[in-house]
Amino acid sequence: MEEVLKEIFQSIIDGDQKLTPQKVQEALDAGLEPGYILNEGMVAAMSEVGRLFEEGEYFVPEMLIAARAMQAGLAVLKPKMVEANIQSIGKVVAGTVKGDLHDIGKNLVCMMLEGAAFEIIDLGSDVPPEKFVEAVEKNGANIVAMSALLTTTMPNMKTTIEALKAAGLRGKVKVMVGGAPLTAKYAEEIGADGYAPDASRAVALAKDLVS
Amino acid sequence: MAGLSFLERLKAGEILVADGATGTNLQARGLPTGTPTEAWLFDRPDEVVRLEREFVQAGADIILTNTFGGTAVKLQGHGWGERMAEVNRRAVELARQAVGDADVFVAGSIGPTGQLLKPMGSMEPEEAEAQFAAQARVLAEAGVDFLVIETQFDLGEATAAVKGVRSVCSLPLVVSFSYDRGTRTMMGVRPQKMAQEMSALDVDVLGINCGRSLDDNLSALQELAASARLPIWFKPNAGLPKLDEENRPIYDVTPEMMGAYTNTWIAEGARIVGGCCGTTPQHLQAIATVVKNR
Repeated sequence: MEEVLKEIFQSIIDGDQKLTPQKVQEALDAGLEPGYILNEGMVAAMSEVGRLFEEGEYFVPEMLIAARAMQAGLAVLKPKMVEANIQSIGKVVAGTVKGDLHDIGKNLVCMMLEGAAFEIIDLGSDVPPEKFVEAVEKNGANIVAMSALLTTTMPNMKTTIEALKAAGLRGKVKVMVGGAPLTAKYAEEIGADGYAPDASRAVALAKDLVS
Repeated sequence: MAGLSFLERLKAGEILVADGATGTNLQARGLPTGTPTEAWLFDRPDEVVRLEREFVQAGADIILTNTFGGTAVKLQGHGWGERMAEVNRRAVELARQAVGDADVFVAGSIGPTGQLLKPMGSMEPEEAEAQFAAQARVLAEAGVDFLVIETQFDLGEATAAVKGVRSVCSLPLVVSFSYDRGTRTMMGVRPQKMAQEMSALDVDVLGINCGRSLDDNLSALQELAASARLPIWFKPNAGLPKLDEENRPIYDVTPEMMGAYTNTWIAEGARIVGGCCGTTPQHLQAIATVVKNR
């Protein structure tokens, strides 16, 4: 592998927000394909960050810092990806459901998904069902990712799934859910396509859902 | 040792018993999960007082107020931001009512704001400090005996909490962290680092609460005891919850198991023992029985 890709990989692992975009620019200047830089340098690095988190090597700060370095690199890469007409591996509409303001977990999931080359439409927190529907329609999303941290707001996941059905979108979009009070069983009961217990495993699930 | 203050009793070498869980016990008595426990200060004050009284009867020397989520910013998550002072005052009143004439301390509970500080999140440390100061002022004015900043996971937020408290009162202060990734907090903080940073502030007691399993918490206690010079507060969860069919948490550690651990906790350096999530009055009684029969 080209030395500069190894440097991109390492700068993301280290969470170096200055070095990552510089190295991405270097890689582009050296004539490497944007898709190649993305997958071999950046996505590979974020997947390693996910592994380190699951193994208890990395904690929330390291994961956040790495994701920010990746985003800084992505900002340089994105225009070239558009020029080269490289599609993301999937479009994800994400949000914390209506009545729920918790967004730490949802933000981590968004960053990790972005690091895995998904395109993210982040609707924020306290998102009503109709906003999810509108965003799926407007963006032609492949996945809806919902978060809830309260048992009182969990039922709004089901309401959102019903709203997607009513809008005739349920056949076109996969639904994944997560949040502290959730279980795989609950996800199944409300008719979601999958559940992930943390940001790292949300990436694996999303990849599964679009494959 | 009636009449002595919290710090005097610690100084005299006494082992004190703190209370058990507020949230999980109120949930078992009908509080819907996700509804803040503070809601019952107004909706079911009888249940709040009853639980606290059961802890006193079980042998607690310390009752924590039902104010874990009592900063304005945290309460605002449920639309209660403007009721911060009312919530905290009410909780102290109810705890005093539950304690009655018993020789039991009322400690003001202060939990995390629920926000990450900059640069990880969006909250300025000064804002966090102001939030904690405002809550601590109400608790102090309402007459708590001491304050407990608990379930902390981030050194920055805990520092802001201590500074906030110290800007408004000089009550004895406990700072307790939750090691929910074993012997690290979710932000990766180790007990040793916590002891080092918190001991540099104006804090009287260092603690561990919540966390993961009893064994993980015991490891965290050993690490903390190895580096802490201040007395140690220890309130572990009654194990890790599993969810039943209805998504209600079940804690599978029995009162007997908590009781069987208690002497080990004391031998490892805990000076105040109790329990966090899952700890019922029966669990607490098992702990208190061991402490009182030493």
